[in-house]
Amino acid sequence: MNNPPDVSPDPSEHEEYAHNVQKHVRGYLMVGATLLVFTAVTVALSYVDFGAPKANVAVAMLVATFKAGLVAAIFMHLAAEKRLIYRILIFTGFFVLGLFWLTFLAWYDYPVLR
Amino acid sequence: MEIPYTISTRPDTGLWNAKIGIWLFLASEVMLFGGLFSAYIFLRIDSPPGMWPHGLLNVPVGTMNTAILILSSVTVVLAWAALKMRRYRAYWWYMLATILCGVIFLTVKLAYEWPEKFKHFGVYIKPDALGKYEEYLGNEHAAAKGLPPRLEITGHLHNPAALNDPKIKEYEVALDPLNAEPTNAAMDRPHFWPRHATDKIATIEKEDVRYATMFLPKHSAYFASYFTITGLHGLHVLGGVLVFIYMWLPVSKKLYQRNPEHLANRVEVSGLFWHFVDLVWIFVFPLFYLL
Repeated sequence: MNNPPDVSPDPSEHEEYAHNVQKHVRGYLMVGATLLVFTAVTVALSYVDFGAPKANVAVAMLVATFKAGLVAAIFMHLAAEKRLIYRILIFTGFFVLGLFWLTFLAWYDYPVLR
Repeated sequence: MEIPYTISTRPDTGLWNAKIGIWLFLASEVMLFGGLFSAYIFLRIDSPPGMWPHGLLNVPVGTMNTAILILSSVTVVLAWAALKMRRYRAYWWYMLATILCGVIFLTVKLAYEWPEKFKHFGVYIKPDALGKYEEYLGNEHAAAKGLPPRLEITGHLHNPAALNDPKIKEYEVALDPLNAEPTNAAMDRPHFWPRHATDKIATIEKEDVRYATMFLPKHSAYFASYFTITGLHGLHVLGGVLVFIYMWLPVSKKLYQRNPEHLANRVEVSGLFWHFVDLVWIFVFPLFYLL
C-alpha cells in the first residue's frame, strides 16, 4: 500500500487529494480490524495444546510477528518508505539479532541448572 | 531562526528532518526493549522446572487492554489522515479518542492490574517439606500428568502481620483454586477467566517456607521481568499521551492555521512512536499473559 503524498496539495487539486487519502483510511480500518481478530486468535490458540509448551510459544510468536508486521508495514508506512529509513532499520535489525544471539551463546555457558 | 525541513524534504536524505529523527530514536528503542526481551528469554529458559509461573495474570483484562491499544493506533492514524485532508474537527476528535485510549490503558494497568498483584501472596515450600503440603500441591498428580512440579502455594494472605512479625509462626492463606483442588484435572492448565481465591484456608508453617512474598518484583524472575517491561512500556504510553495532549490543545490549532502540513508531520512522527509502543505490547501480551 502506498502512502498519500508528503507535500501539501495545490488547492485546486485538493478534492482529488482528499479522495486519495480517504482510500487509505479504509485500508487503515481494515488493518485495525485484522489486528483485533488476530488478538482473539492469539488468546484462543494459547489454550490449544500443541503438544509441547515450546510449540505454543512458537505459534504465539508467529502470530505476534504477523501482527507486528502489519503495524510496521501499514500504520508505520514501512511498506513504502524512503531508502534511508530502510538502511537505518537494517542496521538496527543486525544489532538486535546480535543481541539475541549473545543471549543464546550465554545459555551454553551456564549448565548448572539444567 | 526558522527550523529547516519541517515539511520540505532535505535534498541529501530525501526526507523531512523529524522523520529521520524519530526513526533513529525508534532504532534505539528497539535496542532498549531488545535488551529486556533477551533478558526475559534468558531468565525463562534458565528457570528450574516449576519456577516459571503460568496463569497468574488476568487474561480478559489484558486482552481488553490490547484491544484498546490497537484501537488507539487506528485513531491516531485516522487523526493524521484527517489533517492530511484538512479536516481539523475530525482530527480533534480522533486525537481525543487516542488520548482517552492511552489514559484507559494506563488506568487499568496502574489502578487495577498492578495493585491486584500486590495483594496476592505466594509461599515457596522448602524441598524437603513439599510432601507435607501434598494436599495443596498435588505433586503426585502433576508428575503423573507430566506437568512441572508445584513448589509454591498462592492465594490471599489472611494474617498479613505474619509477614513482619517473627512471633507469628505460620501463614494463613486463602487458597487459589489450583491449590484448593490440586488434583482436579480442570486446574492442569491456566484458564481464560480468572479464578479468585477460595474460602479454603491453609496454614503453612514458616519453618517449612523457603520464601514468602506478595506478588512484587522480588517474587520471581517472572514478576521481576513483568513489572520491569510493563513498567517501561507504561512510561512510553504516558509519554505518548502527554505529547498527544499537547498536539490536541488550542496551541496546535494555531500551528494548523499557520502551516497545516507541519502539524500533520508532527502527528505523523508522534504516531510512529505510538505504533511502536503498540508493537511492543503485541509481544508483551502473549509472553506474559498467555504463555
